[in-house]
Amino acid sequence: MSLDTATAPIKRSNARQWGPFNIETRETPPQSWLFTLSMLSVLATLILTGVIFALYGQNPITAYVTLAQGTLGDLSSLGVVLQRAIPLMLIGVGLVVAFRAQFFNIGAEGQLLAGAVGASAVALFFPNFGFLEIPVMFIVAFICGAVWGFIPAILKLKLEINEVISTLMMNYIAISIVEWLVNGPWKGKNQVGYSYTDTFPDAAWIPKISSSTVHYPTLIVALALVALVAFVIARTRLGFRMRILGENPVAAKYVGINTLSTTLAVVMLSAGAAGIAGAGEVGAIHHKLLDPAQISLGYGYTAIIVAWLARGNPISVIFTAIFLGVVFAAGDVMKVSLQMPAQTTNVINGLLLFFLISTEPLVKLKISLARGT
Amino acid sequence: MDNIILSTAARALAFGTPLMLGSLGAVYAERAGVVNLGMEGMMILGALAGFAITKNTGSPLEGILIAALVGGLAASIHAFISITLKANQYVSGLALSMFGLGLSSLLGKPFEGLPLFTQLENVSIPGLSSIPGLGVFFTDQSPLSYFALVLGVVLWLVLFRSKLGVVIRSTGENPSAVDALGGNVTLVRYACVIFGGMLAGMAGAFLSVAYRPAWTEGLTGGIGWIALSIAIFAAWNPLGAIGGSLFFGALYSLSFSKLQESISPSLLKMMPFICVLLALSLNALRKNSRSNVPEALGLPYQRGQR
Amino acid sequence: MMQAMTQDTKPSITPLVSLEGITKIFPGVVANDDVSLEIRGGEVHALLGENGAGKTSLMNVLYGIYQPDGGAIRVAGNVVKIRSPQDAMRLGIGLVAQHPMLVRQHTVAENIALAVKTSFWNPTRHLEAKILALGEKYGLKVEPKAKVWQLSAGEQQRVEILKALIRGAKVLILDEPTSVLTPQEATDLFKVLNRMKLEGEGVIIITHKLDEVMAVSSRITVLRKGRVVGAMKTSSTNKNDLATLMVGREVPQVRSSGVTKLGEGVLKLEQVNVAGDRGVNVVKNLSLEIRGGEVLGVAGVAGNGQRELVEAITGLRGVSSGSVKIGGTDLTNKNAKTITDAGVAHIPEDRLHMGVVGSLSVAENLALRGFERTPFANGELLDFKAMENFALSSIKTYEVSTPGIHTRTRLLSGGNIQKLIFARELAENPKLIIASHPTYGLDAGATAQVQNVLLERARAGAGVMLVSEDLEEVLALSDRIAVMFAGEIMGVVPRDIATVEELGLMMAGQRQKQVNA
Repeated sequence: MSLDTATAPIKRSNARQWGPFNIETRETPPQSWLFTLSMLSVLATLILTGVIFALYGQNPITAYVTLAQGTLGDLSSLGVVLQRAIPLMLIGVGLVVAFRAQFFNIGAEGQLLAGAVGASAVALFFPNFGFLEIPVMFIVAFICGAVWGFIPAILKLKLEINEVISTLMMNYIAISIVEWLVNGPWKGKNQVGYSYTDTFPDAAWIPKISSSTVHYPTLIVALALVALVAFVIARTRLGFRMRILGENPVAAKYVGINTLSTTLAVVMLSAGAAGIAGAGEVGAIHHKLLDPAQISLGYGYTAIIVAWLARGNPISVIFTAIFLGVVFAAGDVMKVSLQMPAQTTNVINGLLLFFLISTEPLVKLKISLARGT
Repeated sequence: MDNIILSTAARALAFGTPLMLGSLGAVYAERAGVVNLGMEGMMILGALAGFAITKNTGSPLEGILIAALVGGLAASIHAFISITLKANQYVSGLALSMFGLGLSSLLGKPFEGLPLFTQLENVSIPGLSSIPGLGVFFTDQSPLSYFALVLGVVLWLVLFRSKLGVVIRSTGENPSAVDALGGNVTLVRYACVIFGGMLAGMAGAFLSVAYRPAWTEGLTGGIGWIALSIAIFAAWNPLGAIGGSLFFGALYSLSFSKLQESISPSLLKMMPFICVLLALSLNALRKNSRSNVPEALGLPYQRGQR
Repeated sequence: MMQAMTQDTKPSITPLVSLEGITKIFPGVVANDDVSLEIRGGEVHALLGENGAGKTSLMNVLYGIYQPDGGAIRVAGNVVKIRSPQDAMRLGIGLVAQHPMLVRQHTVAENIALAVKTSFWNPTRHLEAKILALGEKYGLKVEPKAKVWQLSAGEQQRVEILKALIRGAKVLILDEPTSVLTPQEATDLFKVLNRMKLEGEGVIIITHKLDEVMAVSSRITVLRKGRVVGAMKTSSTNKNDLATLMVGREVPQVRSSGVTKLGEGVLKLEQVNVAGDRGVNVVKNLSLEIRGGEVLGVAGVAGNGQRELVEAITGLRGVSSGSVKIGGTDLTNKNAKTITDAGVAHIPEDRLHMGVVGSLSVAENLALRGFERTPFANGELLDFKAMENFALSSIKTYEVSTPGIHTRTRLLSGGNIQKLIFARELAENPKLIIASHPTYGLDAGATAQVQNVLLERARAGAGVMLVSEDLEEVLALSDRIAVMFAGEIMGVVPRDIATVEELGLMMAGQRQKQVNA
């Protein structure tokens, strides 16, 4: 048997020179290059946001100083950052998995609300689980979120309905349901004039680290989930199946991986994690179900960036969630100290996402200084 | 009973106008092969621009034109990222929606709650308005509604009966074929995406200048997403988009009328979104529903790759 | 080289196009090295060479897709710069690509409207008559109102040729034009080319098939590794000489397995119907049996249900009625995993997109089939050590050349990816091997290796189903040949009595008994 001579082991390289730089493409970009690109995106976003500040009549430098002090300046503001990072971490790690399995879940907002409704139902109507009250809230919230994610997942798998549209529709439906609940059947007897449920009983209050807003049980669940996801992806058969499915769905079918059950498992994990985030918000921060815009503040959308910045790596989510926690906390500071609407964070989110995907074509490039000519 | 049907039909046109404009824009962009999930963002930026300009100049027409420009400008960001940089179209559009919603609430803060004294007045079309039955569509409606109806027909003719239509559809089906014949895939896609953005901007301006002359944060409330969905189950046909928009217009008008007395407004608010899911599902169950999807939809075009 | 060619030139005629010393360098590879050739009016010029010999790259230079690094192009005697395909078309050069560049959802007339100047409204109005007239002139019959997706590959090719002619092409380049045609359709194509010749047009046909070079061309230029290794009149050469020139050494001869004692039936299909992507049955009432030790070739023009048949057998597509028995067990509509576990190997048609996961490592791809059980998995946990050991032994046995087992698979060349797939699929001694186009796009060496592996396995007792559009390959390897047309088997012929003519008629839809009658 003759070894074919014409078949080179490796495809040819494709270096070309551009000004003083050598540009090549490569299939395996190093982590440091990915990190550099992410940082460049963040930098570009900060500069453009600075321009917006300036247009808004704020000195960008002082605005950033105010924001930095307000978010990182002392322990209590750091606590707020961490509080914001908790739901982002939960949702973000779920989205990392969902995106890797090619399911573009934009519905975390609705899944979070579904979880919040589930947790509230436990807290309001089944307050007698004792020390198990909070675990039960988490479990029910996970299930409610997962169910909310199941619908668009099955619509995609069975009917090929684009999940971006369907998950968004599910968000709006969830918002309406929560509005209806707090204005109608669940409206608290003691909440005259407000659209709230009654306050949860003490057993359903998720504990916080003293004098801060950091609800540590939820944080522990989030960190455990990150570890679990990292382990599953790297070491287990389920993880290998997910990787094959995510990288090449045709090959997954070819080797007989059950696309339906694997995708459903992934989406329901992602949606369930968002549900837990919802339980954390109502159980630890608000202690009641209330206007959906106050429960969520757009965690579901921001978490998309958390996942995108983490570039498929579950462990990285810990850090990217904290980073966007800072952005979120900055939104509060803007409202209070700079008299700008908190929605400004959406501008930052949008810009950041723009830059992140714009640098995507650069990911596979290797740029180095050309030596000689 | 007759009255309810007629008044629903009449208001369906009003509610349906932003959907018509938006979905027609989506039809053109997607026929050229570009998904633009930025619809909601372009719409709300158009709404703010339309309101702000009308407020300052007193001319609703100027407001609407500037809104179209702003919508087109916003779309060109998406065009640049998804066509020139060949980045993920879905994420880029989503980012545009986030950006638009954020920017509009930031810039729109001074306009919250202000009244608009010069709104776009409704008009009736002499002659047509006295046709029995159909007359309601031409009685006391916004000029933009008439514009949207006529535009839909024109856009259908262009898409299916003109050379330009052949080029646009070919670009969405097989850009390599267009490129190989010396057509400019990039130009066609840019033009269609920006055109779509302009229509989305006008749709927004309709909401803030004609339909309910006021600016509130987040006033589009998901209409952009519904317009996008209409383009899908209209099978990217401009006439279908008009029909679908009128259907959803009727749904909206029903949910804001009689029913409000018996059913909670929050529940009625979610009706259109549930209907979108139902319509998409029914559409998917139809035989051959996949055959109308432009084959290159959502795929960046790269020369030498098929 | 130039001298050899000018000898053939009638001095009075200026060539339509001449390439003079064209050199095209890609980083690390010289695709064309000082290549010269001329195309005159009224001739069919064959550009012959193996995959990777530089034929396509040379034509891309002529068609303006690549810019040459050296040399010149003359059109009608004048030196020209061709910067884009549009320049080429303006100069009267047309290209019929191997895969048609058509909009499938549109009609023939709409596709042609895209190519030419038309009125703004109703662009196809005057075109239809023109299409029919030109079709009449050259023998290119197509229905202008038909949608392209309804057309056969041969008809689509005619549309491409019409498109080029309507744009006024004087020189037509055809890239591997017969790869999708039945032998009879190919003959029809050659008639069209002859008409063009008579009209004074020049034709360049890019191919690696010796038969068609001999059948249709007037002159031949042979490329090997980017260089011209021979240029001659067709009348002054023969197939053997051309083959040696093209490959540069003896072509390895591969023969069928020669197994005479067949084993048990390994595959039995009974009245199988399979629906295609559009929901209609594209495999119709198909029955077939393969026994251990034999190679059954499945011939046919692409798109006649072969892909769907393979997918139905391998568990990738549902069977709407009928039964699929593997080794005596009914495995109708079981999933791919169950089928694999029953001892079926599948060498897929699209090796890059189906056969491997490009972003995973060589070792991971080799474990793609087996990662769910021991030794690669220990309960729910994966055993990477076992995967590595298997990878090391596999790349040795199958001579996969790769920098390492942790290299991402997409970095490997096509031939090495195919060897990797063979290593994985054949690891468990399957009793049935379904191989779809196993040598498509491979060079002579890798082709021979792949073919030999299939024959060795047949000799060792496995049943092999070889699906290929390459009739030469089917004839060389198979013990029996089944021909598919429109989802049905037109007949099964033992290799010893099969003729190209008979197979060709069956590929065009005639049943076997009609052929014999």
